[in-house]
Amino acid sequence: MKTFKKTSLAALMGTSALISASVMANDGPVKLGLMLPYSGTYTALGEAITNGLKLAIEQEGNQLGGREVEYVQLDSEADPSKAPQNMSRLVNGDQVDFVIGPVHSGVAMGMLRVAKQTGAITIIPNAGLGAATNELCMPNVFRTSFSMWQDSYPMGKVAYDQGHRKIVTITWDYAGGKEDLAGFEEAFTAEGGEIVQQILVPFPSTEFQSYLTQIASLKPDAVYTFFAGGGGVSFVRDYAAAGLKESMPLLGSGFLTEGNLAALGDAGEGVMTTLHYAETLENDANQSFVSAYENAYGEMPDTYAVQGYDTGMMLVQALNVLGGDTSDKERLINVLANVELASPRGPLSFSDSHHPIQNIYLREIRDGKHEVVSIASENLEVPDEACQM
Amino acid sequence: MDLAFFSVQLLNGLQYGLLLFLIASGLTLIFGIMGIINLAHGAMYMIGAYLVYDLTLRLGNFWLAIMVAIPIAIALGLVIERLFLDTLYKRDHLYQVLLTFGLILVLNEAQRIIWGGNVHRVVVPAPFDFSIQLTDNMQYSVYRLFVMGVCLALAGVIYWVIRHTRLGIIIRAGAVNRDMVEGLGINVRTLFTLIFSVGVALTAFAGMIAAPLTSIAPGMGDSILITCFVVVVIGGIGSIKGAFWGAIIIGMATTFGAVLIPSLASMVIYLIMAAVLLVKPRGLFA
Repeated sequence: MKTFKKTSLAALMGTSALISASVMANDGPVKLGLMLPYSGTYTALGEAITNGLKLAIEQEGNQLGGREVEYVQLDSEADPSKAPQNMSRLVNGDQVDFVIGPVHSGVAMGMLRVAKQTGAITIIPNAGLGAATNELCMPNVFRTSFSMWQDSYPMGKVAYDQGHRKIVTITWDYAGGKEDLAGFEEAFTAEGGEIVQQILVPFPSTEFQSYLTQIASLKPDAVYTFFAGGGGVSFVRDYAAAGLKESMPLLGSGFLTEGNLAALGDAGEGVMTTLHYAETLENDANQSFVSAYENAYGEMPDTYAVQGYDTGMMLVQALNVLGGDTSDKERLINVLANVELASPRGPLSFSDSHHPIQNIYLREIRDGKHEVVSIASENLEVPDEACQM
Repeated sequence: MDLAFFSVQLLNGLQYGLLLFLIASGLTLIFGIMGIINLAHGAMYMIGAYLVYDLTLRLGNFWLAIMVAIPIAIALGLVIERLFLDTLYKRDHLYQVLLTFGLILVLNEAQRIIWGGNVHRVVVPAPFDFSIQLTDNMQYSVYRLFVMGVCLALAGVIYWVIRHTRLGIIIRAGAVNRDMVEGLGINVRTLFTLIFSVGVALTAFAGMIAAPLTSIAPGMGDSILITCFVVVVIGGIGSIKGAFWGAIIIGMATTFGAVLIPSLASMVIYLIMAAVLLVKPRGLFA
């Protein structure tokens, strides 16, 4: 009898603990684990994403589905070797409800491993590696950004339609750059264009003079390139200083110039890129977003800020639908997958592989701004043929 | 590759090599004479670039900015040597490596706090802000030619100081046998302070004059550091002449390697280093 009492008491206590835990999970704050770079080369990207995300949630009164929001910010250092350990810390240590990150594709690989093991809901606000929603796709992983292929593929047709037939492509010798070039080359050669040469520069070298000399001697109709950050600025400036811009137009992925317009100066004028966003887009969502962002942070937003903002908007919409109830994971994933946003970048929804379906814009730098020339590809869906879930 | 483009590539290789020499010269001096492996050398190159970016904005003139930035760089070297390195000379090399590695983290973080994570530029200054036509479709920035000239002139000055002055004799002797120099009544402590400050200033100056040719971004010194160590090892540790020819070799190898053997482009400088070390384990001019 005594034993029975003890056991039932224990059971009772256990049950009540369980109940209070699940009540806690729905009454306490929603915990967002941010795994982004706050130091090193990608600092600016990590900060822009964080700013955008917080802006979206602030506009909802700092609540998600009626619950308070708690941020756990962790500096990923853009270091792939620390990714699994960092992600585990957020999921198992801090018990966050959502992990938001990373910027760097190498870090994404480490995070995906932990996401697979733990089932933690992960929203990727940048990293463009195709595999994250293709070979490695899983129900609990979403992407609010882009994949290298999605941003570069539309430029292939644009380049051909502009009358270019022979093109040299150049990027860093690493996975992201090669995936970007592959998208462009696939579309450009399908139209009937010819890739005269693909040049791969050792990563992260920014010593471009010998490559520019090589390009000048090959005399292509145009050059397509993917570089980012400081490398992008160096390449565009060196390209202009070498006098190549007039005879061979410079085309690129939007990341070539994104966030770096001031650093490019005159060298950037006339450079054409394709990307899923431009700060000059004329839709209501973008205009109110740009002014709200400028008010809050005193600078123009870039695509990274929009990706953070849309991550926030996605959470806002999903948790409003659920009334803040995150206890049923399957339902939560289902609701997230069906989110549709009137984003600053235009209409945004998600494919079966949890990849954004979005417009890709052709942009030209005029007077230090990315002006939208046209929609290079409308509601573009990434094939993600290897994804099975 | 026809002759015109071959010549342009020669020019590219020479220009890159000369800039590398300027960065590596400080490294080899510090390494050879003080026996200190200064891992923060690249960070100091970055600090030079950021200093000139910041001061150009404030003062409105690139040349004035350089004039102000050089004393700051010298002072930085002075402070680091007196405050930190001075206490570690008696200890093992590993302590110094640890210290200078720590300095990378501190300087990178200081850069982030002061100047933020964005990419910046310095406009090519007058009167060198124009290009000349090199081939039918390629131009060359005159500022690049100017930088080559500055690097060559500095190489000449350093060579003259080392070869033909009393200080040079002490430096050369110090590179061979430090204890003997001290035994002869030379104040090695002062010499070390001088060498370290000059070494830091040379690197920072390289960052300053390279600033208009590159993009000023966090971590810009990290990749240049490794290349500089390759230059110093090829040339022979402590040898200015070695640093010069090592830098020219690496500049040419990088330039031509990129075009002629693209699949090995990222490896070519290490292959050269390995080959040199096999034949001359102490470097070409040690």
